[in-house]
Amino acid sequence: MKGRVLIVDDDLALAEMLGIVLRGEGLDVIHVADGSAAIGAFRDHRPDLILLDVMLPGMDGISVCKRIRAESGVPIVMLTARTDTVDVVVGLESGADDYVVKPFKPAELIARVRARLRRGDDNEPERLEIGDLAIDVAGHSVTREGSQISLTPLEFDLLVALARKPWQVYTREVLLEQVWGYRHAGDTRLVNVHVQRLRSKIEHDPEDPKIVVTVRGVGYKAGTGG
Amino acid sequence: MTEVLRRLIGPWRRSLQLRVVTSTVALGVLAISLLGAYLFQQVANGLTDDRVRTARAESQVLAARAQSTFDSSAASADTAEFNNVAGQAVVALAPPANDTTRYVVFTRALDNTAAIRLDTVLTGGLRNSPVPLSLREAVRTDPDRQQITIIDLERSSLVSEPSSASWTRPDLPAVVIGQQVQASTAGPYDLYFIYPMDREQATLDLVQRLFLIGGVLLVTLLGAVAWLVTRQIVNPVRRAAGVAERLAAGHLNERMRAKGADDLALLGKSFNDMADHLQSQIRQLEDLSRVQQVFVSDVSHELRTPLTTIRMAADLMYDQRGDLAPALGRSVELLHDQLDRFEALLADLLEISRFDAGAAALELDQVDLGALATRVVSGVETLAERRGTVLIIDAPGKSVLAEADARRVERVVRNLVVNAIEHGEGRPVIIRVAQNTTAAAIAVRDHGVGLRPGESSLVFNRFWRADPARARTTGGTGLGLAISLEDARLHDGWLQAWGEPSQGSVFRLTLPRTAGIPIEESPLPLAPLPVDADATTRLRPVRLLEAP
Repeated sequence: MKGRVLIVDDDLALAEMLGIVLRGEGLDVIHVADGSAAIGAFRDHRPDLILLDVMLPGMDGISVCKRIRAESGVPIVMLTARTDTVDVVVGLESGADDYVVKPFKPAELIARVRARLRRGDDNEPERLEIGDLAIDVAGHSVTREGSQISLTPLEFDLLVALARKPWQVYTREVLLEQVWGYRHAGDTRLVNVHVQRLRSKIEHDPEDPKIVVTVRGVGYKAGTGG
Repeated sequence: MTEVLRRLIGPWRRSLQLRVVTSTVALGVLAISLLGAYLFQQVANGLTDDRVRTARAESQVLAARAQSTFDSSAASADTAEFNNVAGQAVVALAPPANDTTRYVVFTRALDNTAAIRLDTVLTGGLRNSPVPLSLREAVRTDPDRQQITIIDLERSSLVSEPSSASWTRPDLPAVVIGQQVQASTAGPYDLYFIYPMDREQATLDLVQRLFLIGGVLLVTLLGAVAWLVTRQIVNPVRRAAGVAERLAAGHLNERMRAKGADDLALLGKSFNDMADHLQSQIRQLEDLSRVQQVFVSDVSHELRTPLTTIRMAADLMYDQRGDLAPALGRSVELLHDQLDRFEALLADLLEISRFDAGAAALELDQVDLGALATRVVSGVETLAERRGTVLIIDAPGKSVLAEADARRVERVVRNLVVNAIEHGEGRPVIIRVAQNTTAAAIAVRDHGVGLRPGESSLVFNRFWRADPARARTTGGTGLGLAISLEDARLHDGWLQAWGEPSQGSVFRLTLPRTAGIPIEESPLPLAPLPVDADATTRLRPVRLLEAP
């Protein structure tokens, strides 16, 4: 696995340990301990992925996440010690792609990191249509009537997964496996939050979605876009 | 009929005001009727007495006049002439033709034995004599005095009727006064004066009408007063009830209006004092809960970060334990396993403390319990294989939906299934899924050691173990079922256990199908049916869902 990971965590022991594990996987690791230094480090080093602790001195992880998301779609994985719905959802809504709950196993963290870095490896030219959107899979672009819609890589993957099989209803569990790379049960709140974010960017009326449609009690499917 | 009764009784039972007003009106009607009847009777008696008195005086004078006529007229042997004289004498006693204030009846006394018989004379259009026999008997027994009785004069016995407008009844009370006169040679004759009491009757009718109108007005007034008075009492009580309801609904700032110094103001003041007290208590509890929540959250964070580092370091060592000296390698294995246990315990403790702090919240969604059971079973496959346990799902063909928190329900079911595998001694574990109109349920049945009497409620206690002496072979934290019970309660659901020694046990989770609508009954029985053994062979082992 190749890539550069920015670790933003004020706990030096944990940061060092994370560095050891990630370097063991062949990744470059940069570490900052302060939230306010994180954005500068992101601009300087252009990492492929950011591991972001939620509780940070200087600027908290949620704000850092929002600031970075405002200028880039870089994958962000939150490290959180809290599993309460509110904490998790706030983290995800601020733009994080995924999160791992402390204490996590190294293998779990690596799986999450790998899933976020994996993309872009298998891009054959492929064009998809969903509703009135045109998707260029290899070019990572979504257009509506010629104008570009900006999606994060994760939102793009989620949309592509649904668009590839428009007749299929995806359960949240299946989406977790296909888009996030979870092999075992994951947190379905991840799916809910990112579907909301995706809808807010692509739907004409996010309150009455036509492109990503909820199937009550099952999950989501691609709509006709009408 | 009963429907009508119920419709009447309903408001009666609900409204204090209606009750007070109706009972006041009922009592008023009773009292006024009794009083009215008594007064009416007094008036009637007074009128009758008065009439009798004047009638007596008048009839005495008239009788004396008749007697003197008889005495002065020379006795005639000629009956016809005698009759003529007597007739004229009697008719002279009656008033002029258009006056109906009295009638006169002249008839032979009952004990008259004289040879000369005079005709009976009826004046004023009397068709026949209305004089009762009893009066005639009384006159015969005591001929020296006036005899009086009251009769009902029948209309049909009159030719010309009294002119009074009240003369509408078929009969009319009348005073009859009888006495004897000596018709010289014809012997004693009875002379009866009949005074119809039509004026008195008219007066009585008027009095009755006035009483009736007065009574109705009085009762209406009484009812209105009762309504007004109770309203003054009931309205503040109703307001208090409304405020209490809003307080109970969580609007802690609601207060009653407490103006003045009367009893109602006192009620309002006491009520508000109570509300103040409650509010401060609740605020205090809320603060405590918040402090507890923040504390748990902080502890969580503070403990988890170092634990993560330890965990990662231990895992790194564990992965390379083959390269280590045997004692060191085993130590790393123990460290690794105990870290798992420590982690599970920490997670469960934090979860329990979240429940205790009231910080647990539901994420409701439509959850298919059948699919959830399948997911749980596929998740514990490796454990089941290691124990040699067959897992069987018995679910209806269609989906069993309940409005629930999928994460929590899955945690409960996984916990129940893992427990069943661990205590099932390798025998089949059956997971049943069913629903009815209000509830959906999952029951997990094992055929292991079961539970002793009384243990089915103890199993949900924190850190409870069936046998304290038993080695802790299983990895459970001792909090699993306690957390499951809290999860079930959070859904307003039920989590119940059944067990018999060496018969195995059943753990049943029942959830409302729609949040907020209470469960009426669980669609699955808690205790297994006797045919359970057959069912085990009838059901096929589960086929897991294939990944799409």
